[in-house]
Amino acid sequence: MNITRSGRVATIVAASAITALALAGCASNESNPTKSPSNLSGTFAGAGSSAQGSAQEAWIAAFQTDNPKVTISYDPAGSGAGREQFIAGGVAFAGSDSYLSDEELAKTFAACAPGTKPFEVPNYISPIAVIFNVEGVTELNLDATVLADIFSGKITKWNDAAIAALNSGVTLPDLAITAVHRSDDSGTTKNFTDYLNKVAPDAWTNAAAGVFPFTSGEGANGTSGLVDAVKNGKGTIGYADLSKAGGLSVAKIKVGDTFVAPTEKGASTAVASATVVEGRDASDLAFKIDRNLTDPNAYPLILVSYLIGCQQYADPSIGELVKAYAGYIVSEAGQAAGAAAVGLAPLTAELSKQASDIIAAIK
Amino acid sequence: MSATNAVVRRGDRVFSGFAYGSGIAILVVLAAVAVFLIAQSLPAVTATPSQVNQGGMSFWEYLLPLTFGTIWAAALSLIFAVPLSLGIALFISHYAPRRLAGVLGNVVDLLAAVPSVVYGLWGITVLAPSIQPIYEWMTVNLGWIPFFSGPVSGTGRTILTVAIVLAVMIIPIISALCREVFLQTPRLNEEAALALGATKWEMVRMAVLPFGRAGIVSAVMLGLGRALGETMAVAMVLSPSVIISFFLLRSENPTTIAANIALNFPEAHDIGVNILIATGLLLFIITLVINGIARLIISKRAAFSGANS
Repeated sequence: MNITRSGRVATIVAASAITALALAGCASNESNPTKSPSNLSGTFAGAGSSAQGSAQEAWIAAFQTDNPKVTISYDPAGSGAGREQFIAGGVAFAGSDSYLSDEELAKTFAACAPGTKPFEVPNYISPIAVIFNVEGVTELNLDATVLADIFSGKITKWNDAAIAALNSGVTLPDLAITAVHRSDDSGTTKNFTDYLNKVAPDAWTNAAAGVFPFTSGEGANGTSGLVDAVKNGKGTIGYADLSKAGGLSVAKIKVGDTFVAPTEKGASTAVASATVVEGRDASDLAFKIDRNLTDPNAYPLILVSYLIGCQQYADPSIGELVKAYAGYIVSEAGQAAGAAAVGLAPLTAELSKQASDIIAAIK
Repeated sequence: MSATNAVVRRGDRVFSGFAYGSGIAILVVLAAVAVFLIAQSLPAVTATPSQVNQGGMSFWEYLLPLTFGTIWAAALSLIFAVPLSLGIALFISHYAPRRLAGVLGNVVDLLAAVPSVVYGLWGITVLAPSIQPIYEWMTVNLGWIPFFSGPVSGTGRTILTVAIVLAVMIIPIISALCREVFLQTPRLNEEAALALGATKWEMVRMAVLPFGRAGIVSAVMLGLGRALGETMAVAMVLSPSVIISFFLLRSENPTTIAANIALNFPEAHDIGVNILIATGLLLFIITLVINGIARLIISKRAAFSGANS
């Protein structure tokens, strides 16, 4: 009896509290009808980069908490698939590990208002760490040429003279190198091979590619599979997003004349000093990353992923939703949330402002 | 008179309609899959080496190592799985005490219910790291056998590890079927063999195995089908390359069609999708051919297996 009674009391209290909240909500809406973000309602979808997948999940969760009437879905189907779907109008925005090619830009974008072009802003930057597991070695200096030779199978032993030359004072074992690469098509591989090709073009002659170009070496599926293979293997070396390096030893790579360890700050610095691809709209922040930076504060082995949407949507109500969501992603709060959730390198304040300005113009 | 005017109740009509419908439906589904595969594969035939994106391989050169890898991995797994499965089946049907046999049978059936992704996880986190030192020993001491020559993989994620994982996955299928077949052996045949003075092993060899031969073949073929098409466990465990290689312990291993599709489909676009679907068509054909061979073997052997006596 007592329980029932107190239950009833609780119900009444709860009901009145809800009413009060609802009234308060109405009151604030009435006094300030345009500013309240919770007025937004609707559903829209995005697709693309799987590297961005977990960050998008975190952003969607945070955004939907603030805007309970909005439903967003993101399908991490892959960058190429995301761009294709966006061009075809299947999704309202795309996440992509590479910016739109000139060919793709020349196409008609079905979701956008006729005659308008898409915007592109970097929204996910992550340093790629070179991880290794060699007994007795915790610190390792490498340059692009040696890295290229290791991954192409030219250097096969850890005590190779080329590695020893960069690591004076470190005792390297007479152990076979097992270089682990991604066995799936991935943006991480694309950026890693781009770095090798740009910095050591003589040692790595293959152009950047999402599929590892050699049949030699060890392959592992996905970031977690690769990290697992490096962790459980013997004399292994691999590459993965820094946030996923999972307690493994991380090599320093040569930038200019110094050896630099991957950091979020170094990645942000590298993006800040990148040049924008020329001949595009002002709202197209496609970056040409300079892999040959010499600034010791920068770490040029990074993955930059983009958020792609319309400058003007065919359906203005979708435009309003994307504007709010994309604005949140590139804002300092959104980037901080991403850094906390998945360890991305937040955009610098300047870059964040630049991206926010572009997004503020979405119609 | 009575045959032509047989009573047909509503239940009969419904049942025969349902049976016909089911039979036709499965054919339609199969035909639909085949049409989809063929239609989507056609554009891939004209793919240029740059579209295939495998170090300048042409489309046909790309298919060959994948075909090899698929059959190689499945065949290796059968080497482990078949003797073990027969042993398990015979133990349960003829050697184990009845109570233990029941428990063991259930445990084996349980293995079949474990999803392949779990086998994959087990493969990369438990089996590969713990078997790597054995591989290392093998390359040092048995390296003169070409199959085991080095350099050994540093992670143990080789085709041999995959074959072991696949074997564990298909053992329940093969042993469960064989067990049922062995239990069907006519009691009289067994007792006749024993009465002639045969030992238990001789009885099994003379009465049980010949009787179950067709059943064993079809059980193995079912297991082989599963091994050919297994995707997740292979994709997770194997360190793949698009090559033809008979070495069992190296980092570079031939990959299978199903695993290759799973790994590359997420980022594939344009003609890349068609190329992957074309490899799917190839797998479809391989499976069809192998099933055809199995049918042939069964129909030939059935005549003198004793099953019809």
